[in-house]
Amino acid sequence: MPTLGRACLILALAIAAWGIAASIHGARSGRRGWVSSGRHAVYAVAAVLTIAFGVLELAFLRTDLSNVLVANHSSTTTPTFYKFSGPWSSQEGSLLLWVWLLSLWSSGALYLTRRRLRDVAPWATAVLLGFATFFVSLLVFKTTPFAITNPAPPEGAGLSPLLRHPSMMMHPPMLYSGYTLFTVPFAFAVGALIAGRLGADWIKQTRAFTLAAWACLGVGIVLGARWSYSELGWGGYWAWDPVENASLMPWLTGTAFLHSAMIQEKRGMLRTWNLGLVLASGILAVLGTFLVRSGVLESIHAFGASTLGVPFLVFIGVLVTMAVGLLVWRSRELRSENRLDSLLSRESIFLLNNLVLVGMCFVVFWGTFFPLISEALTGERAAVGPPWFDRYAAPLAIILVLLSGIGPVIAWRRATWANARRNFVVPVSAAGLCALTLVAVGGPAERPRAFAMFCAAAFVLGTVGQELFRGVRARRAMASESLPVALVSLVRRNQRRYGGYTVHVGIAVVFVGIAASTAFNSVRDVRLSPGDTARVKGYDLTYVRATSEVNSEKIAFGAVLDVRRDGDHVATLRPSQSYYPSLDGSLGALGRFFEGERTSEVGLRAGMNRDVWTAVEPNTAPLQKLIDEGDRRFAAAAGKLAPEQASALLGAAVRALAERYRRDPPPANFRLMVSPMASWIWLGVMIALAGALIAIWPRPPSARRELSGAYKARLARELSRA
Amino acid sequence: MLLAGGLVYTSFSASSEVKEPSQLAAGAAPGRTYKLTGKVVAGWHYDGKHLLFRVRDRGGPISVPVRYTGVKPDPFRTGREVIVDVHKAGDTFIGERDTLVTKCPSKFKAEKQPG
Amino acid sequence: MEIALIALVAALAVALVAWPLRPGAPVEAAEDVERAALEVAKEAKYREIRDAEMDFRTGKLSEDDYRALDRALRAEAVEVLRKLDERSG
Repeated sequence: MPTLGRACLILALAIAAWGIAASIHGARSGRRGWVSSGRHAVYAVAAVLTIAFGVLELAFLRTDLSNVLVANHSSTTTPTFYKFSGPWSSQEGSLLLWVWLLSLWSSGALYLTRRRLRDVAPWATAVLLGFATFFVSLLVFKTTPFAITNPAPPEGAGLSPLLRHPSMMMHPPMLYSGYTLFTVPFAFAVGALIAGRLGADWIKQTRAFTLAAWACLGVGIVLGARWSYSELGWGGYWAWDPVENASLMPWLTGTAFLHSAMIQEKRGMLRTWNLGLVLASGILAVLGTFLVRSGVLESIHAFGASTLGVPFLVFIGVLVTMAVGLLVWRSRELRSENRLDSLLSRESIFLLNNLVLVGMCFVVFWGTFFPLISEALTGERAAVGPPWFDRYAAPLAIILVLLSGIGPVIAWRRATWANARRNFVVPVSAAGLCALTLVAVGGPAERPRAFAMFCAAAFVLGTVGQELFRGVRARRAMASESLPVALVSLVRRNQRRYGGYTVHVGIAVVFVGIAASTAFNSVRDVRLSPGDTARVKGYDLTYVRATSEVNSEKIAFGAVLDVRRDGDHVATLRPSQSYYPSLDGSLGALGRFFEGERTSEVGLRAGMNRDVWTAVEPNTAPLQKLIDEGDRRFAAAAGKLAPEQASALLGAAVRALAERYRRDPPPANFRLMVSPMASWIWLGVMIALAGALIAIWPRPPSARRELSGAYKARLARELSRA
Repeated sequence: MLLAGGLVYTSFSASSEVKEPSQLAAGAAPGRTYKLTGKVVAGWHYDGKHLLFRVRDRGGPISVPVRYTGVKPDPFRTGREVIVDVHKAGDTFIGERDTLVTKCPSKFKAEKQPG
Repeated sequence: MEIALIALVAALAVALVAWPLRPGAPVEAAEDVERAALEVAKEAKYREIRDAEMDFRTGKLSEDDYRALDRALRAEAVEVLRKLDERSG
């Protein structure tokens, strides 16, 4: 089987190389046969890589321990769910996943455009295959997923317990889908530049992919944040870590592009800017993929210094040079005929939005790479921490939310002040109402940024509500439909617009959640004995008793916490800490449990207006004497017991230890947090996703036809008159 | 443009230098915060409130002592790589709260464990 | 056994890639790229006209502004339609 896998990779490399040559030849000679062959090469690569990935998956699902990756990341006792996701918990497997996804989306994109974009598609094919060639050559020449160990070890190392969480399983595929989907518009942008087809056609054909990339990347980022919040004993969801930032940057430029693309489609303006954004998104996507595995920056996500750093850097260098070169080459043709009609127009709001988004991206970029920059400039490596990022991100985010409320209310091309004033009455009053309520409730003065964000969000809600209301009213006037029907047909006829508004609402909700949970949360680190109570922000948390649990994989020590507010029972939380044994044979039989991997199980009670979050860190020091004694005894008896006897005794010893903890627990450290409105973040994400779905959803062709039919008739009349 | 200027200025002033233990041992200005990176040396001690440990160079034996108050991150262990903001106080370095981050050694996306 | 599988996969892949190059493969009609671009421009103009109407009905444009804008957009659309007719004529 591994030979099949290896062979498929080599085959994929060969086909990709052929496809590049064929596509370029077809593009330059105009011979369609060669272009088709290039396109078929993409399909073939996808098929072959599917087989290769299948081989790897099979090895994991069958726990084929002769495969090095399986031995290092899985075991016979790993649950099937995590065996399935095992491939991408390793460097090699994740690279294979990346290039496999790339081949799938490329096939889809090229299939859908097989009859269009005749000039552009062959070049896009070559670019996409170029990406594939790079990644597959890494897998063929540098680090293979199909390495074998002989003899196969009796048991695998198992999946790191910290990764055993559904969010963590889906996080890489989502992120990679986002990254690889961004390469599609990138490739078509390059093709458009080479072919000189600088209109909006390529944007329209690849829009679905751009939206999908944006959505997948967004979901991937949020899954990581959610996992951090609910699985780690820290209680936060974002730390401005270099790798987190690396995934955020293409998302920011992607968002900017989705907006400015609309301007190009309508007015033919901003072509250079759009191309720049798309190219940047693609490059940042590859940069993100690279940062995770390079060890170049101090990050807890780092793979450690790996040998892949240099090839990636070279590849990124090539991409950047190509992008800049192409833009310069076509700079004359790219200059647009149209100018901004008026500063008070939706175009200019979009432009502002773009500037803010790109500004945010620049902030993130600067902060992330600062260690390298400072080292180059001053010789000293220096790093900036989260407070620096927050200082810039927060005001920019507030402005962004405000803009998303202003945009929909301003007309395209040119709006009049009188009109604008009239249209802003409702949203501004909504914001004002919000402001007054907050002041009345008390306390916003100390947290001006959170206050500003809440008002901005109210403003956006006011705008969108008004738009919906007026839209439905207009629809009913035009077609005399009932209210629900009008709403549905309004959205169906204007999917992009109302999908976009929904996304704006979702994002506003997310920021409200972030603002509230950051500005108003309370965290206490306390040491409690059973019976003690701690008070956090109006909640009383009582450590009722200790818990312990033993199973084949781990020992868990925890606590039962009774949460009350004003005497009313709110929740019973059971945070715990799990201890997984280390495979290191030099540690004692019992001791190795406490020297191995450790995970926290968070006790969380989420709610609409606040989350109560708890984590416990049991103190195992008092048990140390028992553990040492146990280790000594087991070591002394090592040769004298049969394996079944030994494991039975070990099991009994572990259970006795656990029981001892439960009965007589020493004081444990707790982290207790009350986080207002944290759930709004996850809620907002779902709203935004729904909006994206509305925008992507394919329109029934009948609706499209009837629309253009009506216009055709009217215009034909005018044409005949002219 | 303003943004860029502001960024550049504040980043240099708000940043803290990244140092390895050998560099800190050689000379550290008291009161200044540094980002210390290195590996945890065997023999660390946690009494439930304070974590006392030594950090050594990734590729060498020179180590410095750190005293950290706060929740001990889950993956904290001998031999693991850590990042922590410290400032010098007398003979030891005081770790600032919530800045201790332990790198997970697993080959894939490790997790942050500031505590 | 594995060798056979590999050979099979390789053969299929080569066949897939070579298929469009076989002698006697039908040559697709050259797409009129200009026409396609004009079609896209036409759709975009229709969209603009519709959006302007939406903007008017939801109160973002005054009646006078709307009428002026509508006239301008329709004139632009007529231009595009004329160019399209020229191509197919």
